[in-house]
Amino acid sequence: MKPAPFKYFRPESLDEALALLAKHGDEAKVLAGGQSLIPAMNFRLAQPAILIDINRLSALSFIEEKRGQMHIGALTRHSMVERHPLVAQKAPLLAETMPNIAHVQIRNRGTFGGSIAHADPAAELPAAMTVRGARICLRSTRGERWVDAPQFFVGLLTTAMEPDELLTEVAFDELPKKTGWCFVEVARRHGDYALLGVAATVRLGMMGKVKDARICFVSAGETPALATNAQDALNGQAPSAELAKAAAQIAAAQDIDPPSDIHASARFRRHLATKLTERALNTAFARARGETR
Amino acid sequence: MHDETKVQITVSVNGETYTRLIEPRLLLSDFLRHELKLTGTNVGCEHGVCGACTVLLDGESVRSCIIFAVQVDGQSIETVEGLAKNDTLHPLQELFHQEHALQCGFCTPGFLMTLVPFLRDNPTADEAAIRQALSGNLCRCTGYANIVAAVKKAVESGVGR
Ligand SMILES: Cc1cc2nc3c(=O)[nH]c(=O)nc-3n(C[C@H](O)[C@H](O)[C@H](O)COP(=O)(O)OP(=O)(O)OC[C@H]3O[C@@H](n4cnc5c(N)ncnc54)[C@H](O)[C@@H]3O)c2cc1C
Ligand code: FES
Ligand code: FES
Repeated sequence: MKPAPFKYFRPESLDEALALLAKHGDEAKVLAGGQSLIPAMNFRLAQPAILIDINRLSALSFIEEKRGQMHIGALTRHSMVERHPLVAQKAPLLAETMPNIAHVQIRNRGTFGGSIAHADPAAELPAAMTVRGARICLRSTRGERWVDAPQFFVGLLTTAMEPDELLTEVAFDELPKKTGWCFVEVARRHGDYALLGVAATVRLGMMGKVKDARICFVSAGETPALATNAQDALNGQAPSAELAKAAAQIAAAQDIDPPSDIHASARFRRHLATKLTERALNTAFARARGETR
Repeated sequence: MHDETKVQITVSVNGETYTRLIEPRLLLSDFLRHELKLTGTNVGCEHGVCGACTVLLDGESVRSCIIFAVQVDGQSIETVEGLAKNDTLHPLQELFHQEHALQCGFCTPGFLMTLVPFLRDNPTADEAAIRQALSGNLCRCTGYANIVAAVKKAVESGVGR
Protein backbone atom coordinates (compact mmCIF):
# COMPACT_ATOMS: atom_id res chain seq x y z
CA MET A 1 0.00 0.00 0.00
CA LYS A 2 0.97 3.65 -0.15
CA PRO A 3 1.37 6.08 2.73
CA ALA A 4 -1.19 8.82 3.40
CA PRO A 5 -0.17 12.39 2.53
CA PHE A 6 1.85 14.34 5.06
CA LYS A 7 3.67 17.62 5.33
CA TYR A 8 7.44 17.24 5.11
CA PHE A 9 10.09 19.23 6.97
CA ARG A 10 13.81 18.69 6.60
CA PRO A 11 15.60 20.76 9.24
CA GLU A 12 19.27 21.53 8.61
CA SER A 13 20.20 22.09 12.26
CA LEU A 14 19.33 20.72 15.68
CA ASP A 15 17.83 24.05 16.76
CA GLU A 16 15.59 24.10 13.72
CA ALA A 17 14.50 20.51 14.42
CA LEU A 18 13.72 21.30 18.07
CA ALA A 19 11.75 24.41 17.08
CA LEU A 20 9.68 22.33 14.64
CA LEU A 21 9.05 19.73 17.34
CA ALA A 22 8.04 22.42 19.82
CA LYS A 23 5.53 23.77 17.31
CA HIS A 24 4.19 20.52 15.81
CA GLY A 25 5.17 17.80 18.34
CA ASP A 26 1.65 16.46 18.88
CA GLU A 27 0.85 15.81 15.21
CA ALA A 28 4.40 15.26 13.98
CA LYS A 29 6.68 12.24 13.87
CA VAL A 30 10.44 12.27 13.68
CA LEU A 31 11.72 10.43 10.59
CA ALA A 32 15.14 8.87 11.21
CA GLY A 33 16.10 5.72 9.25
CA GLY A 34 12.41 5.16 8.49
CA GLN A 35 12.94 1.40 8.70
CA SER A 36 10.13 0.98 11.23
CA LEU A 37 8.11 4.13 10.56
CA ILE A 38 7.79 3.89 6.75
CA PRO A 39 6.61 0.24 6.73
CA ALA A 40 3.97 1.29 9.28
CA MET A 41 3.00 4.23 7.05
CA ASN A 42 2.85 2.00 3.97
CA PHE A 43 0.31 -0.14 5.84
CA ARG A 44 -1.39 3.06 7.08
CA LEU A 45 -0.91 1.83 10.62
CA ALA A 46 0.74 5.21 11.10
CA GLN A 47 -0.61 8.35 9.41
CA PRO A 48 1.34 11.28 10.84
CA ALA A 49 0.22 14.66 9.51
CA ILE A 50 3.79 15.95 9.62
CA LEU A 51 7.17 14.31 9.25
CA ILE A 52 10.32 15.95 10.56
CA ASP A 53 13.18 14.30 8.70
CA ILE A 54 16.36 14.47 10.83
CA ASN A 55 18.63 12.82 8.26
CA ARG A 56 20.46 16.09 7.52
CA LEU A 57 21.50 16.53 11.15
CA SER A 58 24.93 15.02 10.56
CA ALA A 59 26.08 16.29 13.98
CA LEU A 60 23.90 13.51 15.46
CA SER A 61 25.97 10.82 13.76
CA PHE A 62 29.00 9.94 15.91
CA ILE A 63 30.66 7.28 18.04
CA GLU A 64 32.97 8.60 20.74
CA GLU A 65 34.62 7.60 23.97
CA LYS A 66 34.92 10.19 26.74
CA ARG A 67 36.28 9.35 30.18
CA GLY A 68 35.33 5.70 30.09
CA GLN A 69 31.91 6.38 28.57
CA MET A 70 30.77 5.47 25.10
CA HIS A 71 28.56 8.04 23.37
CA ILE A 72 26.59 7.13 20.27
CA GLY A 73 24.68 9.78 18.34
CA ALA A 74 21.02 9.09 17.56
CA LEU A 75 21.48 9.28 13.79
CA THR A 76 24.40 6.83 13.69
CA ARG A 77 23.44 4.07 11.26
CA HIS A 78 23.42 0.48 12.53
CA SER A 79 26.07 -0.50 9.98
CA MET A 80 28.44 2.19 11.25
CA VAL A 81 28.09 0.91 14.84
CA GLU A 82 28.57 -2.64 13.59
CA ARG A 83 31.88 -1.85 11.89
CA HIS A 84 33.34 0.74 14.26
CA PRO A 85 36.70 -0.23 15.85
CA LEU A 86 35.89 1.68 19.07
CA VAL A 87 32.74 -0.38 19.54
CA ALA A 88 34.65 -3.63 18.98
CA GLN A 89 37.26 -2.54 21.50
CA LYS A 90 35.23 -0.84 24.25
CA ALA A 91 31.74 -2.24 23.80
CA PRO A 92 32.09 -5.87 22.70
CA LEU A 93 28.54 -6.73 23.83
CA LEU A 94 27.19 -4.13 21.42
CA ALA A 95 29.52 -5.31 18.67
CA GLU A 96 28.20 -8.84 19.12
CA THR A 97 24.60 -7.59 19.11
CA MET A 98 24.66 -5.48 15.94
CA PRO A 99 24.77 -8.19 13.23
CA ASN A 100 21.57 -9.66 14.67
CA ILE A 101 19.60 -6.53 13.80
CA ALA A 102 17.68 -7.06 10.56
CA HIS A 103 19.50 -7.37 7.24
CA VAL A 104 22.38 -5.38 5.80
CA GLN A 105 20.15 -3.15 3.64
CA ILE A 106 18.16 -2.20 6.76
CA ARG A 107 21.27 -1.71 8.90
CA ASN A 108 22.64 0.66 6.24
CA ARG A 109 19.66 2.94 6.83
CA GLY A 110 18.26 2.27 10.30
CA THR A 111 19.62 4.36 13.16
CA PHE A 112 20.77 3.69 16.71
CA GLY A 113 18.46 6.33 18.17
CA GLY A 114 15.53 5.16 16.04
CA SER A 115 15.78 1.66 17.45
CA ILE A 116 15.85 2.98 21.03
CA ALA A 117 13.03 5.49 20.40
CA HIS A 118 10.86 2.85 18.73
CA ALA A 119 11.07 0.63 21.88
CA ASP A 120 10.07 -2.58 20.17
CA PRO A 121 10.35 -5.45 22.68
CA ALA A 122 11.57 -7.65 19.80
CA ALA A 123 14.46 -5.29 19.06
CA GLU A 124 17.97 -6.08 20.21
CA LEU A 125 19.30 -2.64 21.15
CA PRO A 126 16.88 -1.80 23.99
CA ALA A 127 17.92 -5.03 25.78
CA ALA A 128 21.63 -4.58 25.10
CA MET A 129 21.48 -0.97 26.27
CA THR A 130 19.51 -1.86 29.41
CA VAL A 131 22.18 -4.40 30.36
CA ARG A 132 24.86 -1.74 29.92
CA GLY A 133 23.02 0.73 32.15
CA ALA A 134 22.66 3.21 29.29
CA ARG A 135 21.46 6.78 29.71
CA ILE A 136 19.42 8.37 26.98
CA CYS A 137 19.71 12.06 26.13
CA LEU A 138 16.49 13.90 25.24
CA ARG A 139 16.56 17.46 23.92
CA SER A 140 13.81 19.99 23.39
CA THR A 141 13.54 23.78 23.30
CA ARG A 142 12.90 23.41 27.05
CA GLY A 143 16.37 21.96 27.59
CA GLU A 144 18.14 18.66 27.94
CA ARG A 145 17.57 15.67 30.21
CA TRP A 146 19.15 12.25 30.62
CA VAL A 147 16.93 9.26 31.35
CA ASP A 148 18.15 5.85 32.55
CA ALA A 149 17.16 2.96 30.28
CA PRO A 150 14.77 1.29 32.77
CA GLN A 151 12.84 4.54 33.18
CA PHE A 152 12.95 5.25 29.45
CA PHE A 153 11.27 2.03 28.28
CA VAL A 154 7.83 2.32 29.87
CA GLY A 155 5.78 -0.13 27.78
CA LEU A 156 5.13 -1.71 24.41
CA LEU A 157 6.46 0.79 21.81
CA THR A 158 6.14 3.40 24.56
CA THR A 159 8.89 5.54 26.07
CA ALA A 160 9.32 8.41 28.51
CA MET A 161 9.85 10.84 25.59
CA GLU A 162 7.55 13.85 25.36
CA PRO A 163 6.15 14.77 21.91
CA ASP A 164 8.45 17.80 21.66
CA GLU A 165 11.60 15.87 22.55
CA LEU A 166 14.29 14.52 20.27
CA LEU A 167 16.51 11.63 21.27
CA THR A 168 20.00 12.92 20.50
CA GLU A 169 22.44 10.40 21.96
CA VAL A 170 22.92 7.35 24.13
CA ALA A 171 25.76 6.98 26.65
CA PHE A 172 26.97 3.93 28.57
CA ASP A 173 30.11 2.74 30.39
CA GLU A 174 32.74 0.95 28.41
CA LEU A 175 32.95 -2.69 29.46
CA PRO A 176 34.96 -2.88 32.72
CA LYS A 177 37.93 -5.19 33.16
CA LYS A 178 37.28 -8.81 34.18
CA THR A 179 33.86 -8.59 32.58
CA GLY A 180 32.52 -11.17 30.19
CA TRP A 181 29.68 -10.59 27.77
CA CYS A 182 27.39 -12.46 25.42
CA PHE A 183 24.53 -11.71 23.06
CA VAL A 184 22.70 -14.68 21.61
CA GLU A 185 19.30 -15.05 19.96
CA VAL A 186 17.17 -17.48 18.01
CA ALA A 187 15.34 -16.23 14.91
CA ARG A 188 13.66 -18.21 12.14
CA ARG A 189 15.98 -16.71 9.54
CA HIS A 190 19.16 -14.71 10.12
CA GLY A 191 18.16 -11.06 10.49
CA ASP A 192 14.53 -11.65 11.37
CA TYR A 193 13.20 -10.39 14.68
CA ALA A 194 14.26 -12.77 17.44
CA LEU A 195 11.85 -15.33 18.85
CA LEU A 196 13.94 -14.83 21.95
CA GLY A 197 17.29 -13.25 22.68
CA VAL A 198 19.55 -12.72 25.69
CA ALA A 199 22.08 -10.00 26.44
CA ALA A 200 24.33 -10.67 29.43
CA THR A 201 27.44 -9.31 31.10
CA VAL A 202 29.23 -10.83 34.10
CA ARG A 203 31.88 -8.99 36.09
CA LEU A 204 34.13 -11.02 38.32
CA GLY A 205 35.49 -9.60 41.58
CA MET A 206 37.85 -10.76 44.30
CA MET A 207 38.56 -14.51 44.34
CA GLY A 208 36.98 -14.82 40.92
CA LYS A 209 33.42 -14.67 42.26
CA VAL A 210 30.60 -13.00 40.35
CA LYS A 211 30.44 -9.37 41.40
CA ASP A 212 27.92 -7.94 38.98
CA ALA A 213 25.79 -10.09 36.68
CA ARG A 214 23.28 -8.49 34.34
CA ILE A 215 20.83 -10.23 32.08
CA CYS A 216 18.15 -8.77 29.82
CA PHE A 217 15.87 -10.43 27.28
CA VAL A 218 14.59 -9.68 23.79
CA SER A 219 11.00 -10.70 22.92
CA ALA A 220 10.20 -11.86 26.44
CA GLY A 221 7.81 -9.14 27.65
CA GLU A 222 6.64 -5.62 26.94
CA THR A 223 9.82 -3.90 28.05
CA PRO A 224 13.47 -4.94 28.25
CA ALA A 225 13.51 -5.56 32.03
CA LEU A 226 16.56 -6.86 33.88
CA ALA A 227 16.33 -10.45 35.16
CA THR A 228 16.78 -9.45 38.78
CA ASN A 229 16.04 -12.84 40.38
CA ALA A 230 18.63 -14.57 38.23
CA GLN A 231 21.13 -11.76 38.82
CA ASP A 232 20.68 -12.12 42.60
CA ALA A 233 21.27 -15.86 42.29
CA LEU A 234 24.55 -15.22 40.45
CA ASN A 235 26.07 -12.41 42.49
CA GLY A 236 28.58 -13.56 45.09
CA GLN A 237 28.83 -17.07 43.65
CA ALA A 238 31.75 -18.80 41.98
CA PRO A 239 31.08 -19.10 38.26
CA SER A 240 30.44 -22.66 37.09
CA ALA A 241 28.37 -24.56 34.55
CA GLU A 242 25.99 -25.60 37.36
CA LEU A 243 25.54 -21.98 38.43
CA ALA A 244 24.79 -20.95 34.84
CA LYS A 245 22.17 -23.65 34.56
CA ALA A 246 20.50 -22.81 37.87
CA ALA A 247 20.42 -19.07 37.12
CA ALA A 248 19.03 -19.71 33.64
CA GLN A 249 16.17 -21.71 35.13
CA ILE A 250 15.39 -18.95 37.60
CA ALA A 251 15.44 -16.33 34.83
CA ALA A 252 13.09 -18.28 32.58
CA ALA A 253 10.69 -19.14 35.41
CA GLN A 254 10.62 -15.92 37.43
CA ASP A 255 12.00 -12.99 35.49
CA ILE A 256 10.06 -13.02 32.23
CA ASP A 257 6.49 -13.05 31.01
CA PRO A 258 6.88 -13.99 27.36
CA PRO A 259 4.01 -13.56 24.88
CA SER A 260 2.43 -16.29 22.75
CA ASP A 261 2.01 -15.24 19.13
CA ILE A 262 2.10 -16.70 15.63
CA HIS A 263 5.89 -16.92 15.80
CA ALA A 264 6.26 -18.88 19.04
CA SER A 265 4.31 -19.98 22.11
CA ALA A 266 5.13 -18.60 25.55
CA ARG A 267 6.22 -22.11 26.55
CA PHE A 268 8.68 -22.35 23.68
CA ARG A 269 10.01 -18.89 24.53
CA ARG A 270 10.62 -19.97 28.14
CA HIS A 271 12.45 -23.02 26.84
CA LEU A 272 14.62 -20.77 24.65
CA ALA A 273 15.20 -18.43 27.59
CA THR A 274 16.52 -21.33 29.69
CA LYS A 275 18.84 -22.65 27.01
CA LEU A 276 20.09 -19.29 25.71
CA THR A 277 20.71 -17.83 29.19
CA GLU A 278 22.74 -20.87 30.17
CA ARG A 279 24.78 -20.56 26.99
CA ALA A 280 25.20 -16.79 27.39
CA LEU A 281 26.36 -17.13 31.00
CA ASN A 282 28.90 -19.85 30.22
CA THR A 283 30.29 -17.72 27.40
CA ALA A 284 30.39 -14.63 29.62
CA PHE A 285 32.14 -16.58 32.42
CA ALA A 286 34.84 -17.78 30.03
CA ARG A 287 35.34 -14.32 28.57
CA ALA A 288 35.50 -12.72 32.03
CA ARG A 289 38.31 -15.11 32.91
CA GLY A 290 40.03 -14.17 29.66
CA GLU A 291 39.82 -17.72 28.32
CA THR A 292 38.16 -16.73 25.04
CA ARG A 293 37.14 -13.60 23.21
CA MET B 1 -6.49 19.27 5.67
CA HIS B 2 -3.16 17.88 4.55
CA ASP B 3 -0.68 20.01 2.75
CA GLU B 4 -0.03 18.25 -0.54
CA THR B 5 2.52 20.73 -1.81
CA LYS B 6 4.94 19.11 -4.18
CA VAL B 7 8.65 19.34 -3.60
CA GLN B 8 11.40 19.62 -6.19
CA ILE B 9 14.23 17.11 -5.97
CA THR B 10 17.40 16.56 -7.99
CA VAL B 11 18.85 13.09 -7.93
CA SER B 12 21.63 11.32 -9.77
CA VAL B 13 20.51 7.90 -10.98
CA ASN B 14 23.07 5.67 -12.68
CA GLY B 15 25.15 8.78 -13.34
CA GLU B 16 22.36 10.82 -14.95
CA THR B 17 20.85 13.81 -13.20
CA TYR B 18 17.07 14.08 -12.91
CA THR B 19 15.00 16.93 -11.50
CA ARG B 20 11.36 16.23 -10.67
CA LEU B 21 8.47 17.76 -8.75
CA ILE B 22 7.06 15.11 -6.43
CA GLU B 23 4.75 14.52 -3.47
CA PRO B 24 6.71 13.90 -0.26
CA ARG B 25 4.87 10.62 0.26
CA LEU B 26 6.23 9.14 -2.98
CA LEU B 27 8.36 6.08 -2.21
CA LEU B 28 11.79 5.91 -3.84
CA SER B 29 10.77 2.64 -5.51
CA ASP B 30 7.75 4.33 -7.12
CA PHE B 31 9.83 7.35 -8.07
CA LEU B 32 12.26 5.12 -9.96
CA ARG B 33 9.55 3.05 -11.61
CA HIS B 34 6.82 5.58 -12.33
CA GLU B 35 8.62 8.92 -12.64
CA LEU B 36 11.88 7.77 -14.24
CA LYS B 37 10.42 4.65 -15.93
CA LEU B 38 13.32 2.59 -14.59
CA THR B 39 11.29 -0.54 -14.01
CA GLY B 40 14.25 -2.84 -13.31
CA THR B 41 13.79 -2.20 -9.59
CA ASN B 42 10.98 -4.54 -8.57
CA VAL B 43 8.50 -4.16 -5.75
CA GLY B 44 7.44 -7.27 -3.87
CA CYS B 45 6.24 -6.64 -0.34
CA GLU B 46 6.53 -2.86 0.03
CA HIS B 47 7.40 -3.11 3.71
CA GLY B 48 11.07 -3.93 3.77
CA VAL B 49 10.93 -7.72 4.02
CA CYS B 50 11.67 -9.20 0.57
CA GLY B 51 14.61 -7.18 -0.78
CA ALA B 52 13.32 -7.05 -4.38
CA CYS B 53 13.52 -3.24 -4.37
CA THR B 54 17.16 -3.03 -3.23
CA VAL B 55 19.14 -0.17 -4.84
CA LEU B 56 22.36 1.62 -3.94
CA LEU B 57 22.16 4.95 -2.14
CA ASP B 58 25.55 6.67 -2.19
CA GLY B 59 27.07 3.26 -2.84
CA GLU B 60 25.36 1.25 -0.07
CA SER B 61 22.46 -1.17 -0.47
CA VAL B 62 19.09 0.03 0.84
CA ARG B 63 15.41 -0.87 0.43
CA SER B 64 13.85 1.67 -1.93
CA CYS B 65 10.31 0.82 -0.75
CA ILE B 66 10.98 2.19 2.74
CA ILE B 67 12.71 5.45 1.79
CA PHE B 68 10.85 8.50 0.50
CA ALA B 69 12.15 9.91 -2.78
CA VAL B 70 12.21 13.38 -1.23
CA GLN B 71 14.83 12.13 1.24
CA VAL B 72 17.42 11.36 -1.44
CA ASP B 73 17.43 14.90 -2.85
CA GLY B 74 21.03 15.68 -3.82
CA GLN B 75 22.18 12.08 -3.41
CA SER B 76 23.13 9.39 -5.87
CA ILE B 77 21.26 6.19 -6.67
CA GLU B 78 22.32 3.16 -8.64
CA THR B 79 19.81 0.64 -9.94
CA VAL B 80 20.15 -2.65 -11.79
CA GLU B 81 19.91 -0.72 -15.08
CA GLY B 82 23.31 0.79 -14.27
CA LEU B 83 25.16 -2.54 -14.03
CA ALA B 84 25.58 -3.51 -17.69
CA LYS B 85 27.81 -1.25 -19.74
CA ASN B 86 26.52 -0.87 -23.30
CA ASP B 87 25.79 -4.47 -24.28
CA THR B 88 28.22 -6.06 -21.85
CA LEU B 89 26.71 -7.59 -18.73
CA HIS B 90 28.29 -6.87 -15.35
CA PRO B 91 30.48 -9.89 -14.42
CA LEU B 92 28.05 -10.81 -11.66
CA GLN B 93 25.12 -10.73 -14.10
CA GLU B 94 27.13 -12.93 -16.45
CA LEU B 95 27.76 -15.42 -13.61
CA PHE B 96 24.05 -15.42 -12.64
CA HIS B 97 23.34 -16.31 -16.25
CA GLN B 98 25.97 -19.07 -16.40
CA GLU B 99 24.96 -20.63 -13.06
CA HIS B 100 21.20 -20.45 -13.70
CA ALA B 101 20.87 -18.23 -10.65
CA LEU B 102 17.53 -16.91 -11.83
CA GLN B 103 14.28 -18.55 -12.81
CA CYS B 104 11.49 -15.99 -13.16
CA GLY B 105 14.00 -13.21 -12.45
CA PHE B 106 11.74 -11.11 -10.24
CA CYS B 107 14.10 -11.12 -7.28
CA THR B 108 17.28 -10.83 -9.36
CA PRO B 109 17.72 -7.02 -9.43
CA GLY B 110 17.49 -6.98 -5.63
CA PHE B 111 20.01 -9.79 -5.26
CA LEU B 112 22.42 -8.10 -7.67
CA MET B 113 22.22 -4.71 -5.97
CA THR B 114 22.78 -6.39 -2.59
CA LEU B 115 25.77 -8.35 -3.89
CA VAL B 116 27.64 -5.58 -5.71
CA PRO B 117 28.58 -3.66 -2.53
CA PHE B 118 28.94 -6.94 -0.59
CA LEU B 119 31.60 -8.21 -3.01
CA ARG B 120 33.27 -4.80 -3.06
CA ASP B 121 33.59 -4.90 0.76
CA ASN B 122 34.16 -8.68 1.07
CA PRO B 123 36.02 -9.78 -2.05
CA THR B 124 37.12 -13.06 -0.42
CA ALA B 125 33.84 -13.95 1.32
CA ASP B 126 33.26 -17.60 2.24
CA GLU B 127 30.00 -19.45 1.81
CA ALA B 128 28.73 -18.67 5.32
CA ALA B 129 29.29 -14.95 4.77
CA ILE B 130 27.62 -15.15 1.37
CA ARG B 131 24.56 -16.85 2.82
CA GLN B 132 24.34 -14.28 5.59
CA ALA B 133 24.62 -11.45 3.05
CA LEU B 134 21.71 -12.93 1.11
CA SER B 135 19.49 -13.36 4.16
CA GLY B 136 17.58 -10.17 3.41
CA ASN B 137 16.54 -11.18 -0.11
CA LEU B 138 13.73 -13.61 -0.82
CA CYS B 139 13.45 -15.71 -3.98
CA ARG B 140 9.98 -17.19 -4.51
CA CYS B 141 11.42 -19.59 -7.07
CA THR B 142 13.80 -20.69 -4.28
CA GLY B 143 16.86 -20.77 -6.49
CA TYR B 144 19.15 -20.05 -3.57
CA ALA B 145 21.65 -22.88 -4.24
CA ASN B 146 22.42 -21.54 -7.71
CA ILE B 147 22.60 -17.97 -6.46
CA VAL B 148 25.16 -19.00 -3.83
CA ALA B 149 27.08 -20.91 -6.54
CA ALA B 150 27.17 -17.80 -8.74
CA VAL B 151 28.49 -15.67 -5.89
CA LYS B 152 31.16 -18.27 -5.05
CA LYS B 153 32.26 -18.15 -8.69
CA ALA B 154 32.32 -14.37 -8.46
CA VAL B 155 34.65 -14.58 -5.44
CA GLU B 156 36.89 -17.08 -7.26
CA SER B 157 37.13 -14.90 -10.34
CA GLY B 158 37.83 -11.77 -8.27
CA VAL B 159 34.69 -9.78 -9.20
CA GLY B 160 34.87 -7.65 -6.07
CA ARG B 161 38.57 -6.76 -6.45
C1 LIG C 1 12.23 -6.28 7.45
C2 LIG C 1 12.72 -5.59 8.70
C3 LIG C 1 13.33 -6.34 9.68
C4 LIG C 1 13.79 -5.73 10.84
N1 LIG C 1 14.37 -6.51 11.78
C5 LIG C 1 14.81 -5.95 12.92
C6 LIG C 1 15.42 -6.74 13.94
O1 LIG C 1 15.62 -7.95 13.80
N2 LIG C 1 15.80 -6.09 15.08
C7 LIG C 1 15.61 -4.75 15.26
O2 LIG C 1 15.99 -4.22 16.31
N3 LIG C 1 15.07 -3.99 14.32
C8 LIG C 1 14.66 -4.55 13.16
N4 LIG C 1 14.09 -3.74 12.20
C9 LIG C 1 13.91 -2.29 12.50
C10 LIG C 1 15.17 -1.48 12.25
O3 LIG C 1 16.20 -1.87 13.12
C11 LIG C 1 14.93 0.00 12.45
O4 LIG C 1 16.10 0.64 12.00
C12 LIG C 1 14.68 0.52 13.86
O5 LIG C 1 13.70 -0.18 14.52
C13 LIG C 1 14.18 1.95 13.86
O6 LIG C 1 15.18 2.81 13.50
P1 LIG C 1 14.94 3.90 12.37
O7 LIG C 1 16.09 4.81 12.45
O8 LIG C 1 14.67 3.24 11.09
O9 LIG C 1 13.67 4.66 12.94
P2 LIG C 1 12.35 5.24 12.24
O10 LIG C 1 11.63 4.16 11.53
O11 LIG C 1 12.70 6.46 11.47
O12 LIG C 1 11.55 5.68 13.53
C14 LIG C 1 10.99 4.75 14.43
C15 LIG C 1 10.24 5.51 15.52
O13 LIG C 1 11.13 6.21 16.38
C16 LIG C 1 10.93 7.62 16.31
N5 LIG C 1 12.27 8.23 16.29
C17 LIG C 1 13.30 7.85 15.49
N6 LIG C 1 14.40 8.55 15.78
C18 LIG C 1 14.06 9.42 16.78
C19 LIG C 1 14.79 10.40 17.51
N7 LIG C 1 16.09 10.64 17.29
N8 LIG C 1 14.13 11.11 18.48
C20 LIG C 1 12.82 10.86 18.71
N9 LIG C 1 12.09 9.92 18.05
C21 LIG C 1 12.69 9.22 17.10
C22 LIG C 1 10.11 7.86 15.07
O14 LIG C 1 9.34 9.02 15.17
C23 LIG C 1 9.29 6.60 14.98
O15 LIG C 1 8.19 6.67 15.83
C24 LIG C 1 13.64 -4.32 11.02
C25 LIG C 1 13.04 -3.56 10.02
C26 LIG C 1 12.58 -4.17 8.86
C27 LIG C 1 11.93 -3.33 7.81
S1 FES D 1 9.53 -4.40 -1.95
FE1 FES D 1 10.99 -3.41 -0.77
S2 FES D 1 11.67 -4.97 0.54
FE2 FES D 1 10.03 -5.93 -0.51
S1 FES E 1 13.99 -16.15 -9.59
FE1 FES E 1 11.87 -16.03 -9.30
S2 FES E 1 11.75 -14.99 -7.41
FE2 FES E 1 13.81 -15.42 -7.56
